[in-house]
Amino acid sequence: MNNGYRLRARGRIDRDRPLHFTFDGREYQGYEGDTLASALLANGVHQVATSIKHGRPRGIMAAGAEEPNALVQIDEPFPEPMQTATTVRLTDRLAASGLPGRGRLAAEKDPARYDTMHAHCDVLVVGAGPAGLAAALTAARSGARVIVAETDTEFGGALLGTGEQLDGAPAHAWARQAVAELDEHPEVRKLTGTTVFGHYEDNYLVAVEHRGEDAFTRQRVWRIRAREVVHATGAHERPLIFAGNDRPGILLAGAARTYLHRYGVVPGERAVVFTTNDSAYAAAVDLHDAGVEIATVVDARGSVPPHWESLCAERGITLMPGTAVVTSSGPGRVSQVRVAQWWQEEERPGAEHTRIDCDTLLVSGGWNPAVHLHSQARGALRFSEDLGAFVPDQNPRSVRSAGAAAGVLTTSACLSSGSEAGRKAARACGLETETAELPRAASPPVRPGRTVWLVPSPTDSTGDTQYVDLARDATVADIRRALGAGMESVEHIKRYTTLGTAHDQGKTSGTLASGVITELLGRSTGEIGTTTFRAPYTPVAFAALAGRERGDLYDPVRVTSVHDWHVDQGAPFENVGQWKRPWYYPHGGEDMEAAVLRECRAVREGVGLQDVSTLGKIDVQGPDAAEFLDLVYTNKMSTLKVGRIRYGLMCTADGMVFDDGTVARTGEHRYLVTTTSGGAAGVLQWLEDWLQTEWSHLRVHLTSVTDHWATIALAGPRSREVLSRVAPDMELEQEDFPFMAWRDGTVAGHGARVFRISFSGELAYEISVPWWYGREVWEALVAAGAPLGITPYGTETMHVLRAEKGLPIVGQDTDGTVTPYDLGMGWAVSKKKEDFLGKRSFSRADTARTDRKQLVGLLPADPDLVLAEGAQLVEEAELPEPPVPMLGHVTSSYRSAVLERGFALAMVDAGRDRIGDTVHATYGGRLVAATITDHVFYDKEGARRDG
Amino acid sequence: MMSIPCPWCGPRDEIEFHYGGQAGVAYPQDPHTLTDEDWAQFLFFRDNPRGAFGERWLHAAGCRRWFSLRRDTVTNRILDRHDTRTVGQ
Amino acid sequence: MTPPTPGADLPEHPDWLWSSPEPKSSYDAVIVGGGGHGLATAYYLAKNHGITNIAVLEKGWLAGGNMARNTTIIRSNYLWDESAGLYEHSLKLWEGLEDELDYPLLFSQRGVLNLAHSLQEVRDSVQRVNANRLNGIDAEWLAPDRVAEVCPILNTSEDLRYPVLGATWQPRAGIAKHDHVAWGFARALDRMGVDLVQNCEVTGFERVGDRIVGVETTRGPIRTGKVALAAAGHSSVLTDTLGLRLPVQSHPLQALVSELLEPVHPTVVMSNAVHVYVSQAHKGELVLGAGIDSYNSYSQRGAFHTIERQMAAAVELFPMFARAHVLRTWGGVVDVTPDASAVMGLTPFEGLYVNCGWGTGGFKATPGVGWCFAHTIANDRPHPLNVPFSLERFTSGALIDEHGASGVAH
Repeated sequence: MNNGYRLRARGRIDRDRPLHFTFDGREYQGYEGDTLASALLANGVHQVATSIKHGRPRGIMAAGAEEPNALVQIDEPFPEPMQTATTVRLTDRLAASGLPGRGRLAAEKDPARYDTMHAHCDVLVVGAGPAGLAAALTAARSGARVIVAETDTEFGGALLGTGEQLDGAPAHAWARQAVAELDEHPEVRKLTGTTVFGHYEDNYLVAVEHRGEDAFTRQRVWRIRAREVVHATGAHERPLIFAGNDRPGILLAGAARTYLHRYGVVPGERAVVFTTNDSAYAAAVDLHDAGVEIATVVDARGSVPPHWESLCAERGITLMPGTAVVTSSGPGRVSQVRVAQWWQEEERPGAEHTRIDCDTLLVSGGWNPAVHLHSQARGALRFSEDLGAFVPDQNPRSVRSAGAAAGVLTTSACLSSGSEAGRKAARACGLETETAELPRAASPPVRPGRTVWLVPSPTDSTGDTQYVDLARDATVADIRRALGAGMESVEHIKRYTTLGTAHDQGKTSGTLASGVITELLGRSTGEIGTTTFRAPYTPVAFAALAGRERGDLYDPVRVTSVHDWHVDQGAPFENVGQWKRPWYYPHGGEDMEAAVLRECRAVREGVGLQDVSTLGKIDVQGPDAAEFLDLVYTNKMSTLKVGRIRYGLMCTADGMVFDDGTVARTGEHRYLVTTTSGGAAGVLQWLEDWLQTEWSHLRVHLTSVTDHWATIALAGPRSREVLSRVAPDMELEQEDFPFMAWRDGTVAGHGARVFRISFSGELAYEISVPWWYGREVWEALVAAGAPLGITPYGTETMHVLRAEKGLPIVGQDTDGTVTPYDLGMGWAVSKKKEDFLGKRSFSRADTARTDRKQLVGLLPADPDLVLAEGAQLVEEAELPEPPVPMLGHVTSSYRSAVLERGFALAMVDAGRDRIGDTVHATYGGRLVAATITDHVFYDKEGARRDG
Repeated sequence: MMSIPCPWCGPRDEIEFHYGGQAGVAYPQDPHTLTDEDWAQFLFFRDNPRGAFGERWLHAAGCRRWFSLRRDTVTNRILDRHDTRTVGQ
Repeated sequence: MTPPTPGADLPEHPDWLWSSPEPKSSYDAVIVGGGGHGLATAYYLAKNHGITNIAVLEKGWLAGGNMARNTTIIRSNYLWDESAGLYEHSLKLWEGLEDELDYPLLFSQRGVLNLAHSLQEVRDSVQRVNANRLNGIDAEWLAPDRVAEVCPILNTSEDLRYPVLGATWQPRAGIAKHDHVAWGFARALDRMGVDLVQNCEVTGFERVGDRIVGVETTRGPIRTGKVALAAAGHSSVLTDTLGLRLPVQSHPLQALVSELLEPVHPTVVMSNAVHVYVSQAHKGELVLGAGIDSYNSYSQRGAFHTIERQMAAAVELFPMFARAHVLRTWGGVVDVTPDASAVMGLTPFEGLYVNCGWGTGGFKATPGVGWCFAHTIANDRPHPLNVPFSLERFTSGALIDEHGASGVAH
């Protein structure tokens, strides 16, 4: 029966473009413009899935995102779990299958692309139904920058799905006209297929735009900052609770109307309508006119509104006021309902039942305004007894709800409410406009509905088949149990029953649950309240939120000007913050250890060079620069002479080492400060903070110049020789250019600043040139040093060489709990300065202890052994039962070329008093002996630094 | 994503800013005259009110200037803007 | 009818949980805060110390704060002896808690991987593993190939922006179902005659000199000689009324769940550098935690860019999560201390005890906190395990710096 339930003429589908799809392995055909749900219904398929807990057959109940039942897995074109058939756009070759409440992730990588857009506007209108369109038109006419976002593939909302008339023409014609006018306003942006799913602080809203599987970008997240927001998000129809209210063939009345008008589909051949309000009558009339036999309209209210009574009478539709459906039955899909009299006062059905055969039951228990976004924006809610629903109470600042979202029911009222909201929003942006001229809707008068939370059943007194939340299989019986267990808070009841926690987040069940609790507890619904509405309004794919921040764009990659040279040499890289730093340069088949030993030897015996451009550099200028640096470094920088360099330590106010580096005085009022590569941004921020907020009287300016200067370390006894070849004009001899001095000069033809500092203990220079010339100067040094066997070295060799000299690396040998004294660097702490950051903390009881962890050297008893970094140290040679007291841990450990053995640095309790002691280090599952030594292993007297 | 009014650049997304905690906590005049208890108060103890809170922000991805404002810590609503007096860490 | 989806539902809760009594005018002890810590403290006060004339006062609904909002990870692989002692004690209690409370807590020891993405993280991780083992805590360092064996869906390839260089592995770690834990304690307390008073906010203290003699509440004054604060960051709001400051700052911490998915993720994965932690809970939903938002807030919501960043990290590490969907996000209020370790112990006020500053570690510590805090309250003296967690450490400088191991960078 291919498209046996498809009408020949109606709907907004394109009958010239048939689409083929499979569902649960069977082939079907639908049309362009269909959803999976409308195409399935057109083919007479109602049962889509089975329920998660009770395994009951479940069908399509709604026509939008509120669908609690019709869960599907997309299999083709790419697996995607947990979609509702009502929101899946039909595409050719779509393959899907029904899901019992749980989906499957794809094993293969998602090939799709996702992106993010940023937008600002005066007025954001969420929803393009009658209220949203009226709001957008009115705001647009004021000249406001307007964004209108609509979940559906086209604008119009209910105007497309109700078959109503506006100004005597079909409502969708007016919608088309409105869209045409919006198109004429240059400051209006229309977003279709776009669901606003979150409303955050200060009118920051996030939306996801579905652009289609074939689009270059499958989905886009919009980040919108709006001055004013109009929520025209519509309303969700509320189901009714009776025994067996979950069967396939039971649809929301409004959804049936949408399937008819929007997709040209009828849900069955013989329908019963069960309602508590006026809106379902339109479904009865429209479906009748489309050829569906309406067996009867069951209305829990005592009388039928005259307008509808006459329309039904004209069509011979039987009406049953004052009755209710008490139970449904059928093998799977509904085949019969039982109707009883509804005793209004007692809110229970009578004992006599009428059985009515049908294949479809349309239900309407009223309408819940979609207050989700209003509530996310911290808008208050109140319970409206008239609607039996929660409606927006006070609007948050710069936020308004309009139309059905505000509890307005008729099309004409929705139009005027939207227009008014649009005008107010524009006015709040300082733009005046008249209310848009609105079409006249032939909306019939609406009589109040009657709120019926639950129809007790003679056959199901506990409520086991009276479903409150179909998606979670949560029943009236479950709520009874929760109340019986002492639960009173709606949050506890939700958790006890898992109500509202499924894929639909209780869109159809939330208010019902509050109502049922109310009824069972005998309290008021307003008092019970509702659970919190949380983002997202509808589920959003992880990948959409990740956007482009994947792969290399997950975090920016920073590289130096010499980077490509390192790549060409085949160097592996180490991530240091965002920087890529060459780790070592393997030759031939060398492993890391062999390469590092070779590089170390080259520096100790000949000459090596390292790209140290990543070191942080801060230019400190101003008449008070010296005073400022005295406050932030532990040692005195004001006494430093122009042309000289000093090593400096920075502590946090609580006395712990925070960063280190060199300070060069480049002028009377100017210093160049270097920081660790990873710490550069943090140090600059730290200095700016103190300068701006504490010592703002100091006349100092700070500028990051990290990537202005490419810096090359040239190290080794033959470094002077190499430098002299490329800097023939520079005086490099010891007496002209001593240790810890800097000179300006020309290196490889470029202006350079050369520091004579050493992190290896060897004669060494750090040559800085403008970033642009980094590679050129690097290559000049490599060429000049080639006859001397100049060797590029990476971070690992640098680490070994400095460790041989006992120089700690902040962040490796320290961890935020280490003072300068713990490092044996009391020499770098000024005794003369009255104060500096950290000083006061050194005298605290724990900080002043002399048995704190201290930096020492460690030599494993087995010289071939290299201890593990992170090894813990214990006294005993054999492990006792835990807990075992720990003495400290290994912070750095290497094999030394020059010492021809393994060695390590460690932080050890009272370590400096224990030099010569043997301790034991964890090593795999065993302990190995090591001797505590001084932390300087090589050239203690510093004889090598002058070459 | 709050919109934070930078006194120099105007309202900008929260993501451009760095938070600096309580405003107006001045570095003690002479730390060495303080007891350990009082020094600890300066180092580690900050107000943590439910409601109005004077706090510091740095426009890190903008003008790189620190400023203070008052914000309600329950609603995240900014109460007073443009306090550019930058006293106290 | 088809069979229900296997594993897609949880064991039923019992037919009776707890009653909601009116508060009495006096108790032997009052616990402020009906979250996990408050309930566990009351439980061990009653069970270990025989004190049952207790009220647990909760300003909202029981266990509706961070207990209802956390990502339920349980582990004890902390670096320093002080933390390891407390968290391991807690983990041992977890291992017997289901039987003890006779409640299905869904405590699942599926192990936790803490990933290392930089050479320094590798060093820190190895240091922590070694420390854990010497402290009797199960811990192992896994190279990337072993990490891939434990969690095959994790991207351990080298082309990641920050590749997985290895991970620490604690097999005894895992997850539990938070509501069930709270309700298990609550039911036990109800049976022992402890009053669980909801919708009762403590607004201040009654004192005689430096002695606390009662509390003011929205449901009237209550006299008591012992007041124990277990209200996370709100504790500082209360102690402000006494002029007592606590070194905590309240920040938003967000988390989210996906829809229900067939089981793919066998363990718990945490990453500090690539900010995310993920497990797949019992029904099949992915549970993910994000980074802490930088600013102070009690709003129980954070900024969306934090969630977006977390999703980027999740998809980097777990490519197959690309088309999982964020179903629900929420925020808790974590109270963070300067050293990322908690404060538990006595105060300068007689009869006032404080437990706060648990940051992101509160859930896993629940039974351990209850045990030690109850001891502190009953004996007016800290339990040996919480001696180091005193307020005095901020004066002496003896901080317990757990920024590296606390799970989320602060």
